Amino acid sequence: MRTGTFLIAAALVGVALVVLTRIFFTNDYFFFAAYVVLQYIVLSTAWNILGGYTGYINFGTGAFFAIGAYTSAVLHNLHTKPALMQGLLGITVPAIPLPVMMLIGGVIAGVLGLGTGYLTLRLRGVFFAIATLALTVVVQTLIVNWDYVGGSRGIYIIRPAQAPLGGGYIQYLYTLMMALSVISVCIARWIERSRLGLGFAAIRDDELAAEAGGVPTLRLKLIATTLSGALMGMAGAPLPYYVTYLDPASSFNLAYAVNSVAMPVIGGMTSWVGPIIGAVILGTIQQLATVTISSALNLLIVGVLLILFVIIAPNGIMGLISARQRRRAAIIEAAVQQRQAAA
Amino acid sequence: MSPAQTANGPLLAVSGLGKRFGGFVALENIDLAIAEGERVGLIGPNGSGKSTLVNCLCGTLRNETGSVLFDGRPLDGLIAHERTRLGLARSFQLPKPFHTLNLIDNLRVPLLYTVNARPGHSLSDTEVRGRCDELLEAVALADKARRLPRDLTQVEMRKLELARAVATEPRLLFADEAMAGLSPSEVEEIIAVLLRLNQQGITIVLIEHIMRAVMSFSTRLLVLVAGQKIADGLPQEVMRNPEVERAYLGE
Repeated sequence: MRTGTFLIAAALVGVALVVLTRIFFTNDYFFFAAYVVLQYIVLSTAWNILGGYTGYINFGTGAFFAIGAYTSAVLHNLHTKPALMQGLLGITVPAIPLPVMMLIGGVIAGVLGLGTGYLTLRLRGVFFAIATLALTVVVQTLIVNWDYVGGSRGIYIIRPAQAPLGGGYIQYLYTLMMALSVISVCIARWIERSRLGLGFAAIRDDELAAEAGGVPTLRLKLIATTLSGALMGMAGAPLPYYVTYLDPASSFNLAYAVNSVAMPVIGGMTSWVGPIIGAVILGTIQQLATVTISSALNLLIVGVLLILFVIIAPNGIMGLISARQRRRAAIIEAAVQQRQAAA
Repeated sequence: MSPAQTANGPLLAVSGLGKRFGGFVALENIDLAIAEGERVGLIGPNGSGKSTLVNCLCGTLRNETGSVLFDGRPLDGLIAHERTRLGLARSFQLPKPFHTLNLIDNLRVPLLYTVNARPGHSLSDTEVRGRCDELLEAVALADKARRLPRDLTQVEMRKLELARAVATEPRLLFADEAMAGLSPSEVEEIIAVLLRLNQQGITIVLIEHIMRAVMSFSTRLLVLVAGQKIADGLPQEVMRNPEVERAYLGE
């Protein structure tokens, strides 16, 4: 399927899901839970662009995600506490629509991704992972000490009284996150089939050989960190309106990093389908466990599943499927050869 | 006049090249010239700096001193992929295939990122596919086009490595120990491939330990010992050189 056709098909699926769920589910809880699953589709797809396609393991999802969230908080503050901008520039900041906040959050997180890339891409393997983990700590420390966004106390965000697109505000957030999921998945699938994706795969397999084949590895890696960071930031931008109380401890939570690594690993890292499968399975289990047992169980579930998959299916669910297909193809090939030999 | 000097100047001219790793001098004051169309054998004992020289010339490592001219153009400061795009290709001593990509995609990398990146070149998808088939045909790997590198034998892996280097449409190819660990008949196969490439106009520098292969392939020999060039000339003459004998056989 061509990228344009896929984009239309994915958009139609997204619209259909939104319309159907909004008709059939009247309980708000469904949308609260589904929002989180969709958010993880975006995060794990974004993570996979750098981690799965290019081979650089990023433990800094929390930093990019929270940068998006805090960008929205700042933009919100500029409007609700107009004194600052009036004093500085003499202007009154209007209420910024959430989709615009998501774009701005994406740009800022993308710039952070680019900067991180420049500073850390000389590091390979586990050293890169450690550097990204450190990035989370650095950004969190900055936010904790920034009083304008509440510092370590956190900040209350009051949702607008009316939600666009009819329905309640949570339905609106859910619809936005659905749109962002569709966009992220389309970007990931396009990369996979493009020259860019081939270059990423070459870098993942062998960087020296990629350079020798003419691949500008540094430039491609910077594209990957920027794109991946920007999508994570966009996923974080609606968070203040989702939780209505934003604080560093929860927005920089390690769970975001752990989940966005675990989901592509469980689903399969080599294709755009993998992160979706992983996010839907793991995200749904976590939501169910939160309601039925305890929210503290979530990380245990991730841990156990991660260990199981690393042992039993290191290439994830998609890896199991493609291995099965390869085995079948080999059997058919052998049968054909046998018949030819007999004839 | 040395065989390297032609009317148009050499294809590759290296002067005063030096490289150290900490206190260890890996290469010292290397001068050499390679003319278009030559088949040069680069030999020397283990650790004499052959691969380091290739790495410096291809941009994988940076030489501290000296300069390199390729077709009259200075290469100093260019990174590896820029040199590849200028027409300088290499195969690696240990084959480095893209192990998650099938053979076609392995070759598409240099075709899309080197050949198509040159000004005035733009192969369509079908042309790229056609080039992949031709390249695989040339090294007798066409029937494994959709396989992964892990399904290949040692000699096939070496051929893939060469095919990937040749896919960049180079003017100068460094074949770094393309035959290490192969049986005599496999060595013959690789030599045949290299000779054919040379006939097509690619200048080749062969880095090799198997002397039979080097002697049958090269029109000129360069000898490195402990980071210094100690001999440069016709193969038979170089092998009679007492310094070379001493380096290989001892006093």
